[in-house]
Amino acid sequence: MQYYLLIPFLPLGAFFVNLLLGRRVVRGQAHWPSTLAVLGSLAVSVMVLLDVLEGRTLNEDLYRWILSGDFQVSVGFLIDQLTAVMLIVVTSVSFLVHVYSIGYMHGDPGYYRFYAYLSLFTFSMLMLVMANNFLQLYFGWEAVGLCSYLLIGFWYQKRSASDAGKKAFIVNRFGDFGFGLGVIMVFLTFGTLYYLPVFDNAGDLAARSINILGLEVNLITLIALLLFCGAVGKSAQIPLHVWLPDAMEGPTPVSALIHAATMVTAGVFMVARLNPLFSLSPAAMDVVALVGGVTALFAATIALVQNDIKRVIAYSTISQLGYMFMACGVGAFAAGIFHLYTHAYFKALLFLCAGSVMHAMGGEVDMQRMGGLRRYMPVTYVTMLIASLSISGLPGLAGFFSKDEILFRAYSAGGVGVVVWVLGTVSALLTAFYSFRLVFLTFHGGFRGTEEQRHHLHESPKVMTVPLMLLCAGAIAAGWVGIPPLLGGGGQFSEFLAPVLGHPEAEASHAEEWMTMGLSVLVAAGGVLLALLFYLRNPEIPVRLAERFRPLYSLLWNKYYVDELYDAVVVRPTIFVARNVIVGFTDGALIEGVVNGLPGLVGWLGARVRRIQDGLLQHYGAVMALGLFLIFAIALITLS
Amino acid sequence: MDIGYPLLSTVIFLPILGGLSLLLIGKGQEGLVKWASLLISLTTFVLALPLFTGFDRTTHRMQFVERKPWIPDWGIEYYIGVDGISVLFVLLSVLITILCVLISWDSIKTKVKEFYISVLLIEGAMIGVFCSLDFFLFYVFWEAMLIPMYLIIGVWGGPRRLYAAIKFFLYTLVGSVLMLVGIIVLYLKTGTFNILELSAMSLPVSLQLWLFWAFFAAFAVKVPMFPVHTWLPDAHTEAPTAGSVILAAILIKMGAYGFLRFSLPLFPEAALAMTPVMLGLSVVAIIYGGLVCFAQTDLKRLIAYSSVSHMGFVTLGIFALNAQGVEGGILQMINHGIVTGALFLCVGIVYERTHSREIADYGGLATVMPVYAGFFMLFTLASIGLPGLNGFIGEFLIILGGFKAKKLAGVLAATGVIIGAGYMLWLYQRLFFNELNEKIVRIEPMQLKEALTLLCLAVLVLWIGVYPETFLGFMHESVGHLLKRVHYGLPDSMMAVRSVIGGY
Repeated sequence: MQYYLLIPFLPLGAFFVNLLLGRRVVRGQAHWPSTLAVLGSLAVSVMVLLDVLEGRTLNEDLYRWILSGDFQVSVGFLIDQLTAVMLIVVTSVSFLVHVYSIGYMHGDPGYYRFYAYLSLFTFSMLMLVMANNFLQLYFGWEAVGLCSYLLIGFWYQKRSASDAGKKAFIVNRFGDFGFGLGVIMVFLTFGTLYYLPVFDNAGDLAARSINILGLEVNLITLIALLLFCGAVGKSAQIPLHVWLPDAMEGPTPVSALIHAATMVTAGVFMVARLNPLFSLSPAAMDVVALVGGVTALFAATIALVQNDIKRVIAYSTISQLGYMFMACGVGAFAAGIFHLYTHAYFKALLFLCAGSVMHAMGGEVDMQRMGGLRRYMPVTYVTMLIASLSISGLPGLAGFFSKDEILFRAYSAGGVGVVVWVLGTVSALLTAFYSFRLVFLTFHGGFRGTEEQRHHLHESPKVMTVPLMLLCAGAIAAGWVGIPPLLGGGGQFSEFLAPVLGHPEAEASHAEEWMTMGLSVLVAAGGVLLALLFYLRNPEIPVRLAERFRPLYSLLWNKYYVDELYDAVVVRPTIFVARNVIVGFTDGALIEGVVNGLPGLVGWLGARVRRIQDGLLQHYGAVMALGLFLIFAIALITLS
Repeated sequence: MDIGYPLLSTVIFLPILGGLSLLLIGKGQEGLVKWASLLISLTTFVLALPLFTGFDRTTHRMQFVERKPWIPDWGIEYYIGVDGISVLFVLLSVLITILCVLISWDSIKTKVKEFYISVLLIEGAMIGVFCSLDFFLFYVFWEAMLIPMYLIIGVWGGPRRLYAAIKFFLYTLVGSVLMLVGIIVLYLKTGTFNILELSAMSLPVSLQLWLFWAFFAAFAVKVPMFPVHTWLPDAHTEAPTAGSVILAAILIKMGAYGFLRFSLPLFPEAALAMTPVMLGLSVVAIIYGGLVCFAQTDLKRLIAYSSVSHMGFVTLGIFALNAQGVEGGILQMINHGIVTGALFLCVGIVYERTHSREIADYGGLATVMPVYAGFFMLFTLASIGLPGLNGFIGEFLIILGGFKAKKLAGVLAATGVIIGAGYMLWLYQRLFFNELNEKIVRIEPMQLKEALTLLCLAVLVLWIGVYPETFLGFMHESVGHLLKRVHYGLPDSMMAVRSVIGGY
């Protein structure tokens, strides 16, 4: 089964080809090495999936990476059911995005650079999902973050783009701070960083607590929460979600691949991969579920009022990632991964459709300037409509099965589960609403752009529309592998993943399952109808509502002012302390004052001491008198 | 291993004698001076290679040892050798010197001969410091290193070079004088200058404490540790590129090397007792040095301050006193030498073209110098510890070791990783991204020679990041031996004392 090594290393090879030869030799043909490499990875991934379906899994080391004292860690690969699913998701979406970009990025001066980064990203993401230990996971984690940074800031001449890239990297570092400490805690607790022995021994430690900085904390809870910090950053959950909307500065295929389908789901993958650890800590699980649930609702509310087509989809992504954490937090890891898998297709499709729209509109992202595009771009319109139906949860489409699974599992888990079920159901309403608001504003009604833009409107070339159609097939059919028994399906998806993710028994009745399902379909339909009413029938309603609830509207429009808050409590104080306290005072006045002052002091003392030998008898006399006095004083004190 | 020539003496004295022989070259033959220097540094490098290939990694003992009586009346010997702690520094020194010769090729225009002599003399003295096994010999090399460095800053430096050079000299001298007192006291108490013999003795704890602080003064200034770091930004900023590179890559490693070679094995009790202080100072350096970078407007000053932060990691690792910390610390010294050396080389490359160190004078460089931008990106990422590159291995091992030793220290050190990403990426953005600054529209692209020097270091960045065992493998035995000495190598009577100072 050694051929699995081709999966990550083909894209790595393509990266080096484009990096070294791209600027001079390959240039406009840069898509060939990268696209062929990822096609190869996809083919091998399918072979691996077939192997795994036959029950062959694998866990082996390539070489020992770091050895120091009792610490050692390898570069190694674990291929099991979860890995196989992730491999298919990553390579298939990546391949389609590679193809799409041939059209979308055509003629860009950084064409070779774009494909080099895409290949590097694909390599890193594959290393992440194939790792058999925590440190390689961390490697992939940081490396995908780097590619994200490079690709967000791909058009680096634009100030907003380079700012966004930097922001993404640094915000993620805050999460990775916790993640890194978590990895260290895992090693110090278990003496190894390999997944399997850690999972095997975790059960024995479930009750152990540790004193950290004066507090008694449950060890497993602490480890799980530290690791979860990383997931919060990478998957853009509250409070570290701020980087993802800005990440839309990157080229749209990047948003589809990295900021929708693959990288941002790494956090969900991590929690699912480490489910034996998380499951042992009810407290950590509740945190995961609540963070997910609150984020799902929070991001959905912001998406309601945004006008930038990509940002709406970005907030939608944050919200959908929240659903996945919701699932993990209630122990339904398979449901979380199921949603990750269907979401990859319909969300990548949404982004690529948005890219197709922007391509036609000359880079325009403001939906207020669009409208009526369905006449000009039928393929984009139909595929985007289907993707929107899928995310809204139209029965039969991919998004329906996975979202329904999550809501049902949350409800049946009880406790915190019911809370997040409510959050999730309300979010489902909002999701349908903002998704169709987007469709109606963009594709229906009259065109609101400039004459010049109207003149250029066209459907995208085949190289872009064919990937849309293929992803559309995914958005429709991807869920069919996980149809619940209630609807006559076999739930094969969670059965397949059961060896890794366990098999949670639902404690609810069929009636309750029908109820959650019916409710979610109902609210989704409500959301679509509301959008129809607001944006097709009666466009004054949203305007009047915005007038009427101005404070609420501006709260949402300004994304709850979180960016402003962070600027005020993190960014500005850091710069202030650096400039005024450290450089201005400690380093400047205090340390440098002493350093530069000392020679002066010596000089000053020298000048004083020199006076002793000034040749004036009265001074000598005075000093002699003082000396005699001191000698007598000392003698008296010691004698008496 | 028999290699047919006294290897260490050769790599110490070839540059020194070679440098002095440049005096014979007449005026006006500057090309000859440069080629001769390059030849000398290359030959030294090649002759030093058996250290890499022929080093026995299975023992902590000194290798390539040479021992001759020097001043027998006082028991002073010419005694040199390397072990797993010092060997990598010798190799780094011979490599960095070649790069310094190359990078100064066009940038040094006055007193060319004297400049190259200084560089070669420094090389010999630095290697001497790392190889000396006799205190007297060590001190001679230690002080000998100071003079050419003083000249390099003071003669070929920037506008405030004299202030910087004198500051550098005074700071270092004050530290060295205290160490000299320490060495003399050691000799008077034990009657030997032999470092290996001293490393196996047990000195009274009170004496250890005094000596620890005397040596600390010298080493802390060199590292530099907070709060005696303020010479570094001035020296780095004013020094010519080659000077900054030597300072960053090798010279400031002497302090941390001193802790490993002397403070730990000679005064183990004192070192253990002082661990909390050392960890505290290290953590302060990491955070403080990082925060200062946010306020810098001068390119070289920013990188200089980042060194304070990175060296904080090194001392944290060393005083974690466990295998991961110490090995991470040594590796991080090498990493810092490579990466910060490379960053100073990079700065030198644009400084040559613009004569400006102001960050605000740049912007959009990626458009006009794409290859250069790629190299700079790689070194930036290595500096902020991206996994797969060398900085990560060192930082991770240090934070792991630090956390093991004292949780709070590990946690605080890890914040340095966030801070580092902040200032380095901000720097990169201001230099390379955004609109092209009109001041640099006509900047020349990178020359092949410049690219090759950076390529050498880039290969090392990747090599250590992907397969660090090549380098960590050198130190396992020696570090293990050192730690045994610190934790267990003491007679029972001393163990009782340890519990007394434990609460210090």
